[in-house]
Amino acid sequence: MNSAVANNPTLLATPAAPARSKGYWAGVMKRLSRDPVTLVCGAILLLMLAAILLAPWIAPHDPYQTSMIRRLKPVWFQDGRYPLGTDELGRDMLTRLLYGGRLSWFLGITPVIIAFGIGGLLGIVAGFAGGWVNMLIMRTTDVFYAFPSVLLAVAISGALGPGISNAMLSLTLVFIPQIIRVSETTTTAVRNLDYVESARASGAGALTVVRVHVLPNVLGPIFVYATSLISVSMILASGLSFLGLGTRPPEAEWGLMLNTLRTAIYSQPLIAMLPGLCIFATSICFNLVSDGLRSAMDVRS
Amino acid sequence: MFFYLLRRLLYAVPIALSVSLVCFLLVHIAPGDPVNAIVPADAPAAVVEQIRREYGLDKPLPVQFVLWLWHVLQGDLGRSLATGRSVSEDLYAAVGNTLMLALAAAGIGFLAGTAFGTLAAAFRGTWVDKLAVAFASAGVSVPHYWLGMVMVVVFSVMLNALPAMGAGPGGSASWAWDWQHIQFLVLPALTLSVIPMGIVTRAVRGTVVEILNQDFITTLRGKGLRRGGVVRHVVKNAAPSVLAIMGLQLGYLMGGSILVETVFSWPGTGFLLNSAIFQRDIPVLQGTILVLALFFVVLNLAVDLLQTALDPRIRRT
Repeated sequence: MNSAVANNPTLLATPAAPARSKGYWAGVMKRLSRDPVTLVCGAILLLMLAAILLAPWIAPHDPYQTSMIRRLKPVWFQDGRYPLGTDELGRDMLTRLLYGGRLSWFLGITPVIIAFGIGGLLGIVAGFAGGWVNMLIMRTTDVFYAFPSVLLAVAISGALGPGISNAMLSLTLVFIPQIIRVSETTTTAVRNLDYVESARASGAGALTVVRVHVLPNVLGPIFVYATSLISVSMILASGLSFLGLGTRPPEAEWGLMLNTLRTAIYSQPLIAMLPGLCIFATSICFNLVSDGLRSAMDVRS
Repeated sequence: MFFYLLRRLLYAVPIALSVSLVCFLLVHIAPGDPVNAIVPADAPAAVVEQIRREYGLDKPLPVQFVLWLWHVLQGDLGRSLATGRSVSEDLYAAVGNTLMLALAAAGIGFLAGTAFGTLAAAFRGTWVDKLAVAFASAGVSVPHYWLGMVMVVVFSVMLNALPAMGAGPGGSASWAWDWQHIQFLVLPALTLSVIPMGIVTRAVRGTVVEILNQDFITTLRGKGLRRGGVVRHVVKNAAPSVLAIMGLQLGYLMGGSILVETVFSWPGTGFLLNSAIFQRDIPVLQGTILVLALFFVVLNLAVDLLQTALDPRIRRT
C-alpha cells in the first residue's frame, strides 16, 4: 500500500484532505497569546477589576469614616493600619481608592458601551441604507464633530449641572458620533464588496444580507474602535469629576479625590498623586490592550 | 480650484450655523425656565420680563434662535450673571491667553512628536522605536490634569524652579515677553503638550513607515539618490496628512485646555468656563463654547484647504 503510493506520483501530488481551518478567532487568540504587552496589561486590568469589585470585603476601613486627628498621614501610617495613608479628612486612602475605582470604572465604561450600541446601530444603518438616510445621519454627526470632544462634554454637562447621570449622558453624546463614523465607513466598505453583491443578486433579503454578511464583518472593527475609546472615556469622566461636574463629595471617585487632595500637594505630595496614578494606570492599560486587540484582529499584519 | 474653494467655504456655513444652534440650545437643556438661566436670580420682575421680551423667550424656538443669532452677529453674547460684565469683553482677553498657551503647547508637542515619530520610523523595530511608541502611548493616556499636579510637585515644590500658578505679576493684563512672565507659561504648556506629542509621534511614525515601504523609495535609492534627497521626498509625501492632524490637534488644545488651565489657574477660556460652571453662569458658558467651537470650525476649514493646496489629489467635498 505504502509502496503503491510512493510509486504513483499523481497520488503523492494530490494533497491530503485540507487541514480544517482553525477559524479566524482561534488565530486572533493565538496572536494575542504571543503579545506580552497585551497579556500583562490585560492581567493588570483583571486584577484591578477584581480588587474594586471585592472592595466591600477587602477594604480595611469604612470609606466615609472621617477623623480630624488622622488627616493627611503618610504612607504606612500606624505600622500598616493605613497602608496608603489618609486623605484630607482622615479617611483611609487604600479604602477610598478601592471604592473610588468602582465609580471611575463605571463612569468611564458605561458611556462607551451605550455609545457602541446606539452609534453602531446608526452607523450600520447609514452605511447599509445609503441615500438620504445616510445623508441625514452623517450630516448630523458632522455637527457634533465640529466640537472638540472635551469641550462638548464640558458644555453639555455644564449646562445640565453636576451629577453622575448628567456626566454619563454628556460622555455618551460625545462618543456616539465618533462610533457612527467608524461604523458607517466600515459598513459602506463591506456593502460594496462582491460577495454582498452576489448575495443580493441571489435573492437574499436586506435583513439576511445584514445579518449573515455585513454584521460579522463590521462588528469586530467597531468593537476594537470602541475599546480604544475606553481610555479617553476614563480620563474624561474623571476629568469632569475633577471639575466638579461628575460625582459629588463625599462619594469616592478618582477624579474627585484628585481634586479634593489638590491642596495637599505641598504637605503630602505622594498621597495627593495616588488617585491620578490609578487613572493613568487604568487608561494606559486599556489603551495598550486595545492596540494589541487591533493588531491581533488585523489579518494583514 | 476656485470652485472647490467656494464649495468648501459654502459647506462650512451650515456647519457653523448648526454649531450655533447647539450652543443656543445649551440654555434650554439647562434645568428650569430658560430666562432664569440668563437673568440673575435677584433681578426685579420687570427686568426679567424685559429680557424675556428682548430675547423673545415668549416666542417659538426658531424665532428665538434667529433673535439670539442676530445678537451674536452684532458681537453681543449677553452679560455674565456673576459679574454683570459683557461676555464678549471677558472672552476677548481669555481667548488670547488660551491661544498663547495652545500655541506654545502645540509648538513643543509638534516638534517633539515629529522628532520622535521620524526617529521611530527610521529605526523601526529597534529599541529606539519601542521607546518612542511607549512614550507616545503614555502621552495619550495620561490624565493631563494629574500630570500638571506632578509637574507642580516636581518643579515648584521640590526644585522651586518655576511658578505653580497664575500668569505672572499683574495677571494677564500686563503680559510681556520676558522671562518674568514666560516662566509662568512653561509648566502649563509642557503639560498640555504631551497629548499632541503622543498623537503626532504615532501619526508621523505611521505615515513615514508607509512611505518608506513604497516602491518609489526603492527606485530613488536605486538610482543613487543621496540620503538627503530621499528624505526630501519622504517629507513631501508625509506633510499633507501630518499637517492635517496637527491642525486638528491645535483645535483640540484650544477646546481641551480647561483642565490644565484649572490646575494652573491660567486666565484663559478654560478658567472662565470653570468659574462659569461653578456659578452656573450660563451666558458665559454659552458664549465661551460658541467662540471655541467656531474657532474649531474655521481651523478645520483651513486645514482642509491647506491639505488640498499641498496635495491636489485629496479634494474633499
